[in-house]
This record gives sequence, C-alpha cells and structure tokens, in this order.
Amino acid sequence: MKRNYVLEPLGEMKAMYQAYHEEIVELSRKNGEIVLLYGDFPRGAAGELFQKEHPDRIYDVGIAEANLITTAAGLAGGGYLPFTHCHSIFAVGRAYNQIRQNVAFDKLNVKIVLCNSGMLWPFMGGSHQIIEEIAAMRVIPNLVLVSPSDPASTKKVTRAIAEHVGPVALRISNPAVPTVYRDDFPFELGKAVTLIDGGDAAIISTGMVLADALEATDMLAKEGIKVRLLDMHTIKPIDAEAITKAARETGAIVTVEDSSIIGGLGGAVAEIVAENAPVPMKRVGIKDRFGQSGTIPELKEEYELTARHIAQAVRESVKKK
Amino acid sequence: MTHDEKLIQRLAEKAKIIRRDAVEMIWAGELGWIGGSFSQADIIAALMFHQMKHDPKNPDWEDRDRLIVSKAHCCETVYAALGESGYFSKELYKSYGKMGATLQAHTERIVPGIEYSGGSLGQGLSFALGEALAARIDAQKDSSGHPIPRYRVYCIIGDGESNEGQIWEAVMAALHYKVDNLVAILDHNKFQSSGTVEERMNMMPWVDKWKAFNWDTVEIDGHDFEAILTALENADKVKGKPHIIIAHTTKCKGVPSFEHKNLHFCKLSDEMYAEALEALK
Repeated sequence: MKRNYVLEPLGEMKAMYQAYHEEIVELSRKNGEIVLLYGDFPRGAAGELFQKEHPDRIYDVGIAEANLITTAAGLAGGGYLPFTHCHSIFAVGRAYNQIRQNVAFDKLNVKIVLCNSGMLWPFMGGSHQIIEEIAAMRVIPNLVLVSPSDPASTKKVTRAIAEHVGPVALRISNPAVPTVYRDDFPFELGKAVTLIDGGDAAIISTGMVLADALEATDMLAKEGIKVRLLDMHTIKPIDAEAITKAARETGAIVTVEDSSIIGGLGGAVAEIVAENAPVPMKRVGIKDRFGQSGTIPELKEEYELTARHIAQAVRESVKKK
Repeated sequence: MTHDEKLIQRLAEKAKIIRRDAVEMIWAGELGWIGGSFSQADIIAALMFHQMKHDPKNPDWEDRDRLIVSKAHCCETVYAALGESGYFSKELYKSYGKMGATLQAHTERIVPGIEYSGGSLGQGLSFALGEALAARIDAQKDSSGHPIPRYRVYCIIGDGESNEGQIWEAVMAALHYKVDNLVAILDHNKFQSSGTVEERMNMMPWVDKWKAFNWDTVEIDGHDFEAILTALENADKVKGKPHIIIAHTTKCKGVPSFEHKNLHFCKLSDEMYAEALEALK
C-alpha cells in the first residue's frame, strides 16, 4: 500500500520529550512570551539551554502540581505563554480541578505538557502509568487535547500549540520512538493525517502506537485487506469529518491508543461513528485495567497493543461488516 | 504613621456604599454571601479606592495592580467596589446571580475589573503568584540587578480557605522566588461554611505559621483603616519576601445585629433586608 509522508525505513529513534524541548528552544528565540514551569521535573539538555538563554523565564515550583498549574494560569493572566511540565498522572490526577477551573474555564493561554503520558512507560508501574488522561481531558470545555505520535509530529504539534491562543494539553510519551514522518508532512490542528488510503477498513490511531498501527497495515496488506490509516493527533477538537468519511467509505473502524478505551480515543471515535455512520468497530487500548512494571514490548503484549493485536482487531471488524 | 482624616472618612464612606450595594445585590439575587463579603469590605475599600493603581476606563491596562479575591464566593462587595469605581453600570447589580447575568455567583474574569475566576478554594494565591512573577519578567532592574516589578498583586484569602493544601504550596513558592510584589491579606473572620474555624479545623497559631514560612508578617484589625493603610504601605517597603497581612475581621461587619453570626450563605428576609439598609444608611 502506498504510504503518504512516511519515512521508509522509519527514521531516528528519539524521545518525544527531547523533540518537544528542542522545538521550544527554537520558538523561544523568537517568542519572548514563552515561560517554562516545572514541578521538580527534569529539563533535559534542551531545557537547560533554555535556562541559560532565558533565566528569568523558567521556574520550578517543586513537587506541587496544583500550584504548578495555577501559577501558570496567573502568568498567562499577566500576558505570558506558560508551558507546564510534570508527570501526566499528577497533572491530570492531582491538578484536575486547577486545569479545569484556573486554565480551561477562562480560556487562559496555558500549555499543559502531559509528560510520560499513557500506559507505555517502562518500569514505573501502575501508580505512574496513566490510563485516564484522554477521557479526563477531553470532557473539559475549551481545552484542546493533542497527542503526537513521533519526534517529527511532536515538533509540529509544539509549534502549532504555541501559535494557538488558548488552553492546550499535550500528551508526550516516555520512550524513544522511531521517526515516522518525513519533515514535509502537512500538519494542521484538528485535521487527521491520512498515512494510507485503503478502503476495506480504517485504523484510527493516536500517540506513539502509530508505528505499531503501520506495521499492522503491512501484515493485513499481505492478506489482501487494504486498510486506511489515520493519525488522530488532535483528540479535541476531533476530526469528525475524517472519521465519518472513513466509516462511510471503509465500513469498519479500529481505534488504537495506549490509553483507556473507556472515554479514550476509542470512546471519542465511537461517539462520532454511532451518530453519523454506524459501522462495526473495535477498540484497541487499555481495557479497564491499571498498569504494571515491564518493558515496552512486554507491556504491549500484556495490554494487547502490538501490531499483531491491531491486525486481529481489523480482521474481526471486517468480518462483522 | 497617621493618615489624613478626610481620607479615612472617604474610605469609610466607600465601604458603607459597597456594603449597601452588596445588600441590594443579595436582595436581587435572593441569595448571597453576606458574611464573608462584609468582613472583607473595609480591606477592599482601602485597596480599590486608595492603595491600588488601576483605571476603570482601561481594565486591561498591562501595568495595573491586581486584586485576586481567592475567596471568590464573597463576590458582592468586590462587584460593588468595581461598580462604584466605574468599571460597569450598577444596573448589572439587579441581575446578580440570575441566568445569563454578567455578575455570576462567583467572580469571573468576564467581568471588567475581575482578575480571577474563583469558586474552587485555595487556588487564588497561586494565581496571584503567577501574576506577580509575570510583573518581574521584562521589568526594569535596580542597581543591584533585581527586577523592579511593573505592578503589585494583592490577594485576599480566607481563614477557612487556608485548610486547602494549595495555599501552602503557593506560600512556599512565593518565598522561594522572593516575590515581594505579592501581598496576601487573610480575612480572618473566624468562621467557615459550617461552623467556627476553631471547631472545624483549628489552625492556631496563625501568625507563627506565616512567620515560619518566613513571609513578612503583620497582624492588624481588619476594620481599622489606619491599620490597613499602614500595613499596605509597609508591605511596599520590605524587599526580598512576600507579605501577609493577617486581618482580624468580623463576619457580617457593618450590620450589628448580624455580626458574630455565621451568616455564610443566606437569603435575606424582608426584615433582614430592612435592618441591613437601616444600619448602612
């Protein structure tokens, strides 16, 4: 199947957090409003460079996520463009009301970087792997939720959300991931990217599992199943048009995420499909369980997130057509 | 330090007006927070009608001083002070708390002059900290290289509200960053929603707590304009640390028969409405 905008073979392995920070340093050289806030969170080499270049625009409030988010809201009230950094589980889990009340309620221009997002964080275990963030964030009015899939899309997303005036939550996974996209791929907030244009079923993926979804399309192509692959990098506002079109034109939808399917991307897509173009669906993602320690391959296997599991979900959904 | 008697009289008159207008709002809205709104009224009058640099004709003036009322349910005297200052027409008071009203039951930033949308307690001091930090970025520097903040931030917090852990997160961070353009004022009216502060969550000793966090700490009578003005002026002089003014206040101050009762969130009866207006003539 012809692939659009995809590097072949896949490119450099890099942590999305590093790609994000490199882009922030670039942006901060032209945009004097960018301020960075951390909750006792490592900055990496690029973050240290920001500290050197803009020592009066970087803060660490210690292990205090509530204060982290609300202080950022105050800085936005004062005319600046704050980016906050802490583990996603503690931003979403401990500072939920601050994100809702102090940031989203007033549409303040705060960017909440959900670091170590999702289930695919090796070693740390269930206390740290967040399964709830997509469900919890997308229900908040005014808040944009983005979920890039690789280092290249992370950079484009970072630039786009810095330009977008208003509150944004940005999912950033922990592990180094392969670069999927060529640099020239078109990116627009709220518009899904079509990587493959098949007609038998559609995989709608978000976040770092995109590479696994790509691998699944290869497995299926060998069986003659032509799969459309959409990267839903913006979960809110969701690209309802692309989802509806995919449902109508392929007749079977599979969602893929490293987050709970309850209210996650699976839930979001199901809402659109059920209302606009009901077709068989399968949701690949975390099925109402907490996480645990393990390597990324072990976690993908245990939580059924491998290319093999994605391909099987496609076969099952196609059978139901 | 003593202040001009005319100034004190003028502020006392303004405080009476904003309490009276707050009564009208609570009457129109058929509900309201008269207790905490009245305990903070003299502090708000001193800030809005004397201490703060602000411009009702230009509410978004970048270098205005900020007032963050963290106990944002006590919105009526805040709205009244803004209306009296000329930020908006007092006509808006009539729709207070009603469907579609600009003046919602907790302060919201959509209202000209309101800096902070509250309602979830314990968060305003963090927001004030962020605003105060913003005042130091892109600011001129003094001869020793310290930024000269472009504006000051005043934040009124409640004693019951101080149960919230986030207050103390902000206290810690404000000292860490030596945010000396941040002045917190504790409206210590000794009551919280369902009882006295002492019986719900005794946080004594208040002064020692703030001193232990190394804030510039002062304790005053929050209904004594001389004391309020002096404390606010002294806060400008102490550099390198944030300031807390622990203001002893009386819930419902201004209507003697209501004072020392925990009228936290209430509807005014016909008799109470008449009594309040009579006391505030």
